[in-house]
Amino acid sequence: MLTDARAIALKDLRVEAASRVLTAQVLPFGMLVLILFGFGIPPDRRVLAAEGDVSRSVLEQVAPGLFWLAVLFSALLAVNRSFAVESVDGNLDALKLVGFDPAGIFLGKAAAIAVQLVALEIVVGIGAFLVYGPPLGDVILLVATVAATTLAVAFAGIVYGALGAGQRLRDTLVPLLLLPVLAPVLLAATRATESALFGPSSSGWPWVGFLGAFSLLYLGAGIVSFGSLLEEA
Amino acid sequence: MSTGPVVSLRGAVSLLGRFPALAGADLDVQPGEVVLLQGPNGAGKSTLLRLCAGLAPLSDGSATVLDLDLASRSDRRRVRTRVGLLGHATSLYDELTVQANVEFWTRGLVDSDDLDAVMDRLGVGGRLRDVRVGALSAGQRRRTSLSVLVARRPQLWLLDEPHAGLDAAGRDLIDDLVRQAADQGATAIVASHESDRVEGLATRVVNVVGGQVFDAD
Repeated sequence: MLTDARAIALKDLRVEAASRVLTAQVLPFGMLVLILFGFGIPPDRRVLAAEGDVSRSVLEQVAPGLFWLAVLFSALLAVNRSFAVESVDGNLDALKLVGFDPAGIFLGKAAAIAVQLVALEIVVGIGAFLVYGPPLGDVILLVATVAATTLAVAFAGIVYGALGAGQRLRDTLVPLLLLPVLAPVLLAATRATESALFGPSSSGWPWVGFLGAFSLLYLGAGIVSFGSLLEEA
Repeated sequence: MSTGPVVSLRGAVSLLGRFPALAGADLDVQPGEVVLLQGPNGAGKSTLLRLCAGLAPLSDGSATVLDLDLASRSDRRRVRTRVGLLGHATSLYDELTVQANVEFWTRGLVDSDDLDAVMDRLGVGGRLRDVRVGALSAGQRRRTSLSVLVARRPQLWLLDEPHAGLDAAGRDLIDDLVRQAADQGATAIVASHESDRVEGLATRVVNVVGGQVFDAD
């Protein structure tokens, strides 16, 4: 299973590196979403923080949520792309014919998506700090939040991407299926990031725990069900 | 090793949506046979090949391939790894090189010297190895796809219009490969509209009409 996962992940990353879709489309899309959100929010109004007496601008306050929204929207492109390359020229059938372990395909595709998301999060994250200017608080909590959210989005994204694979309406079906499922992830990631940036850190860790549990749930679901999902694709 | 038929279909029905692409097909193919499927467009030839590859659903009737029951999901998965299907699609990633595609689809299970020899024979060795598949001609793509099939040494070859898109040398090469595979004990089912060409290869010809199989006599 792990050998197959490695082969699939390397193949997906090589395809993406060669096609440059991540750098030419997904990353610019993420940055564009971030910047456009910024245009829609007045930067000079000051509001009281929900907790404590530290006041911060609206832009700073909404930065975590907007960052994760930009990441989620960009992740949809990456997930769709991951299955688009299998849906052309009979590749999905060929994956079945050569006998890759379905769980290996799931793990490999999720790993490739996770690597792309990390690259996206680094670039969009730097953009968010430049555009919104939030303070850099608890780095450990922030890294844990990014790691747990990345895995949650990657595992769930591949499960629902497979549901849409081979469907004529895949491009619109996958966002419709995936976004409601990722709503709790968005909420948890935003709350944990707020805690990491503005404190207190202690209130962020339960959200990271939720993200970890969500990841484990979809890791298990993907390993168990991916063979059936591929059969139906 | 079993001496029974490599393929045995009895009243096999395969529904594509609600349409019975195969509507009660009966067929036995013995080891070492090269069977030519002929029939009009939409007769069910491609579906029959995909059924034998474990890809198209067996909706009714019975079907065994290489002694494995296609009604069973686990057997269907085992069948897939033992057959080689060359369909209309070439199943290649445009963004990867010829070499990377062939290595990926053979899953590193084929010795690199053997792989080199196969690619050279199919005319996709040498300078073409490092060319992205997206830059190849249709014939070169077909040859790359065929390299994967040959390198995997399947027990059952399922070829759907194998000569399509190939030049004269490529078409002759296909014939040689099928003959050689049969000599080495493999079995082949070939769907083709080029009956004159394939009849020279085939040990038996069957007609596929309306999703059913008839002897050509």
